[in-house]
Amino acid sequence: MATNLSGTEQRLVDEFQRDLPLVERPFAAVAERLGIDEATVLAMLGRLLADGVISRVGAVVEPHAAGWSTLAAMAVPDWALPQIADFVSSFPEVNHNYEREHHLNLWFVVTAPSPERVRQVLATIEYRTGVPVLDLPLEEAFRLDLGFRLQWH
Amino acid sequence: MALSAADRRLLAAIETGLPLVPRPFLVVGERIGLTEAEVIEGLRSLLARGVLRRLGIVVRHHELGYRANAMTVWDVPDEMVRDAAARLVALPFVTLCYRRPRRLPLWPYNLFCMIHGRDRARVEAEIEEATRAAGLMGLPRAVLFSRRRFKQQGARYTAGWPAQGEAGWTTSIAGS
Repeated sequence: MATNLSGTEQRLVDEFQRDLPLVERPFAAVAERLGIDEATVLAMLGRLLADGVISRVGAVVEPHAAGWSTLAAMAVPDWALPQIADFVSSFPEVNHNYEREHHLNLWFVVTAPSPERVRQVLATIEYRTGVPVLDLPLEEAFRLDLGFRLQWH
Repeated sequence: MALSAADRRLLAAIETGLPLVPRPFLVVGERIGLTEAEVIEGLRSLLARGVLRRLGIVVRHHELGYRANAMTVWDVPDEMVRDAAARLVALPFVTLCYRRPRRLPLWPYNLFCMIHGRDRARVEAEIEEATRAAGLMGLPRAVLFSRRRFKQQGARYTAGWPAQGEAGWTTSIAGS
């Protein structure tokens, strides 16, 4: 299981979710802060990536700064949920897709370069499944950051 | 906020993450005809302008054991939302908090709060604490724990961008 991280790996993952040093050799700067060498940091990141513990070292874009997104919800009968969920997931614009404990049981995020394309995806899903799709775009963000401090146990 | 063609090229070039090499900004620059210094300055500018929320390691929480993931929603009178939200985000365990539109009659809730935890009982206790701390007792509320994860990946913006490369890029937006 992925929680079998060494102490140094835990620090690496926890402390560098933001503020990757903007210098020519960022991983050397990270290594120095952790008291290890650059090659070790690169090897650790490669392993964490391969194990799926991290999805990348890169950027998190502000919502609506570079495109449009919305949160959508559907009330899908249990018997149809696997097929409809797969259909929803098949859109490249759908990045999160979860079942949740509610009458509205399928929740997904649609992201695209424009609001028009987002609406087109929702309309297509509604038309093809016959299930109404609720469009719940962000109106105001009070906290939007998954780069929180991790608890290891 | 307006993005230039150069901004979009740079965003597209780092879509799937930085290359894990000693000089990643040099490699990114080589792909799009920029110097290493121009890439670093471009990223600094995108961060300063708020286009990028952060630059660093993007964690997959589910794989780290964060399986108790609750979306709690309330129907809060519009004039109370900001005050309640300010109290919610003061709690260290609240990871996301935002306002979305009601869709009556199916969906009467307008204030959303996410708590990502390892243990369901603990998250349930945190939801009660959040409800009290934000003064939301007695208001209509629903708690939607996640059950099955069908898909989770970075968001894609560049499909259809004029300067798009051959591959769609993925960069997650924070908690959209």
